[in-house]
Amino acid sequence: MHKDNQPLIFEITKEGRVGYSLPELDIPEVDLSSLLPDGLLREEPAELPEVSELDIMRHYTALSKRNHGVDSGFYPLGSCTMKYNPKINESVARFPGFANIHPLQDEETVQGAMELLYDLQEHLIEITGMDEVTLQPAAGAHGEWTALMMIRAFHLANGDTQRTKVIVPDSAHGTNPASATVAGFDTITVKSNEHGLVDLEDLKRVVGDDTAALMLTNPNTLGLFEENILEMAAIVHGVGGKLYYDGANLNAVMSKARPGDMGFDCVHLNLHKTFTGPHGGGGPGSGPVGVKADLIPFLPKPVLVKTEEGYHFDSNRPQSIGRVKPFYGNFGINVRAYTYIRSMGPDGLKAVTEYAVLNANYMMRRLQPHFDLPYDRHCKHEFVLSGRRQKKLGVRTLDMAKRLLDFGYHPPTIYFPLNVEEGMMIEPTETESKETLDAFIDAMIQIAKEVIETPEIVQEAPHTTVIKRLDETKAARTPVLRYKKA
Amino acid sequence: MKHRYLPMTEQDQKEMLETIGVSSIDELFSDIPEKVRFQGQYNIKPAKSESALLKELSAMAAKNADNKAYASFLGAGVYDHYKPIIVDHVISRSEFYTAYTPYQPEISQGELQAIFEFQTMICELTGMDLANSSMYDGGTALAEAGMLAAGQTKRKKLLISGAVHPESQEVVRMYALGQSIEVVQIPTKDGMTDIDALNEMIDDNTAAVLVQYPNFYGQVEDLRKVEAITHDVKALMVVSSNPLALGILTSPGKLGADIVVGDAQPFGISESFGGPHCGYFAVTTKLMRKVPGRLVGETTDEVGRRGFVLTLQAREQHIRRDKATSNICSNQALNALAAAVAMTALGKKGVQEIATQNILKTNYAKKAFEAAGFEVVFQGAHFNEIVVNVQTSITSLNKELLKKGIIGGFDLGKVEGTLEGYALIAVTEQRTKEEIDALVQEMGTFRA
Repeated sequence: MHKDNQPLIFEITKEGRVGYSLPELDIPEVDLSSLLPDGLLREEPAELPEVSELDIMRHYTALSKRNHGVDSGFYPLGSCTMKYNPKINESVARFPGFANIHPLQDEETVQGAMELLYDLQEHLIEITGMDEVTLQPAAGAHGEWTALMMIRAFHLANGDTQRTKVIVPDSAHGTNPASATVAGFDTITVKSNEHGLVDLEDLKRVVGDDTAALMLTNPNTLGLFEENILEMAAIVHGVGGKLYYDGANLNAVMSKARPGDMGFDCVHLNLHKTFTGPHGGGGPGSGPVGVKADLIPFLPKPVLVKTEEGYHFDSNRPQSIGRVKPFYGNFGINVRAYTYIRSMGPDGLKAVTEYAVLNANYMMRRLQPHFDLPYDRHCKHEFVLSGRRQKKLGVRTLDMAKRLLDFGYHPPTIYFPLNVEEGMMIEPTETESKETLDAFIDAMIQIAKEVIETPEIVQEAPHTTVIKRLDETKAARTPVLRYKKA
Repeated sequence: MKHRYLPMTEQDQKEMLETIGVSSIDELFSDIPEKVRFQGQYNIKPAKSESALLKELSAMAAKNADNKAYASFLGAGVYDHYKPIIVDHVISRSEFYTAYTPYQPEISQGELQAIFEFQTMICELTGMDLANSSMYDGGTALAEAGMLAAGQTKRKKLLISGAVHPESQEVVRMYALGQSIEVVQIPTKDGMTDIDALNEMIDDNTAAVLVQYPNFYGQVEDLRKVEAITHDVKALMVVSSNPLALGILTSPGKLGADIVVGDAQPFGISESFGGPHCGYFAVTTKLMRKVPGRLVGETTDEVGRRGFVLTLQAREQHIRRDKATSNICSNQALNALAAAVAMTALGKKGVQEIATQNILKTNYAKKAFEAAGFEVVFQGAHFNEIVVNVQTSITSLNKELLKKGIIGGFDLGKVEGTLEGYALIAVTEQRTKEEIDALVQEMGTFRA
């Protein structure tokens, strides 16, 4: 084994050590074999670690030091809205009255939790301009699928059995076409034009009486506002389709434009992005879905309602698509999002969007002389640079991303969206200071210079991380997905 | 606008606008057509200061009856278990919880290694070859398992046991609807999957048989009987399993399961009103390339050091788009970390001890109810749960119990008409003998 390997917890285990404290058994001991059928009592124990409490803390502390989060440093990962995660959210989610309540308790015993959820729904209805919101979906992609299932049910209820196609732009998030497939639709791609916006002529060409919906992010994944949104809505509605808003980029338009006012019929939000989830290393998220009035009957059940006697989960919804998740969604994340919205208020949310957009435009203009900017216009909360100029000199965007690691930054999202060559998608968010942005810009400019003067420094990066570039081909060719005792 | 999360000063703003070459922030929004421009401010509650908001929300939380103030006998898929204190200390390290998906492995080794260890622990408990990095929850994991089975066998029918959690059954039906897959329920007999009925229902068009182990009624199904019938028609056996119970039960993998899923909530994850919890997904090597979601694999760097990366990504939505094995993107990474810490703390010995305590306490409660003259229906082996015939309204009973500091069992009449007046009582290692005795006594008093 290499001397610099970080040991696995299984490699520091020693028979006889424990890290737990269970209550003493206060009832008579009974022979287990008398309580279980023959053959169902486990013979080979699960090989879990045997370590002390300090061993565990040291192990995970060591691991945490090998991980970069927003609290460690700047994280301009486009499309992911890596903003500061307020600490009050964490405290509130851990209140015993929120963390330690069971989803199947009698409703009278959880009115406080239901009040919070209801008020969160009300806030999200206002923010999105929709008529109703469900908090049941567990994450953004889950929300996409939920909304598509509702659209499917809506069309079927109208006898429109031929609506089998969902249209997505070529710049869409990968989850859009994947969710369409899971919901049973075929995906059709609509092209972008030379301005980075959906090509209206191509849209007119692909819509028809088989169109179930158009899924759209606005601003799109290039960070550009689809300014023809009303025309697009008219085209899609004109053939009887529905307009779906992917809320991944909502941070760009809060208090500026609401999906409900742009003609969208439904929307999903990523509470772990715009509303400070946090991201948790890849989840848990929360993906509420908002809908206009004609989709309300199809909302997943139960639906949270307010009555004179208090809050109630209503399951008597004959046209509901059904249940998309056990219980009522990722409550703990919803608590955090609610706490955030209440910390910001209307002025705060407006400032969030304004500063996020100001920060992005500032970075874009300062970086523009040094990298290609395929779409030269005001961006919203993020922008996409192209590394094609650097690629001609033999340095790929991947290399520049790895070089940024040496400066202590998480790189931007790279090679996305797919319609930009050697793309770098940068989203600073509103919680970063000008000093942080300037320092990052300086690092990017230095890297651009290195590409010309000392390209090998970039090509061989990173130089300062705990590990060098990893062999991903080997990982995929001979998969080792679990530890096995040598 | 001054706010503790917004570092922008007037000076910053002025300088930045100058660099951009615009005179106001509004100009940056000039591409939003006037017609859709939102005017004014959201009509939402005004901002509150940190302390005022803490006060308000803590009062809201205090309106709820939590399981630290009450002795809870409510389970039905979500359980009050020992949660090692260190779990919260580890997942509160913000290098973990403020990070995103480990797409840049050089600065994400901590998360990647923790997930690799999680995958290993799930494999150990389930007896399977490999496990993914997590799913939303047990219900959606079961649904995805059904979809995988249909894709793998190219068959369009799932048989799901009536003793699977009713809400999970609903979720399976939802996923199946989109894929035009038929879902047929296998009836139960004495609180277990009716094996004779399964034998009659299964055919060459069956993609998979979905069962729960231990099942919704707390009964330990004999998977061997299910396995023989299922594999006879070359369908897949999908088992939804409480991983804590697997500390003492023979693993589904050993009993021939092709896919094992479930929820790791019993390992260190708060009940949190139903979520977020942590689905897991484990399969045989044969199904490796069909697994939904993220997988972490081991490899080496340029100088030979061991490291970890997201691997086999050609299955995933960001690469394969409409051809992906699933649309899942965000999963439950932080809760997988919590579960890994709890599994580590319990360890090889502790997981056996805690599972044993759960069986013994459930059995103690069963005996105590019977001694008090209650009928405990379903006489199989029990884990966590028993079904008690109360012969009265469970809602009124639970209201009375609450006054005595007890959160009562689940009203089975809500999900199964024939079980009106029956309570699903859950007993974990957290319930003391005194609490169990008090429950039996109070229920006896109420019935009389």
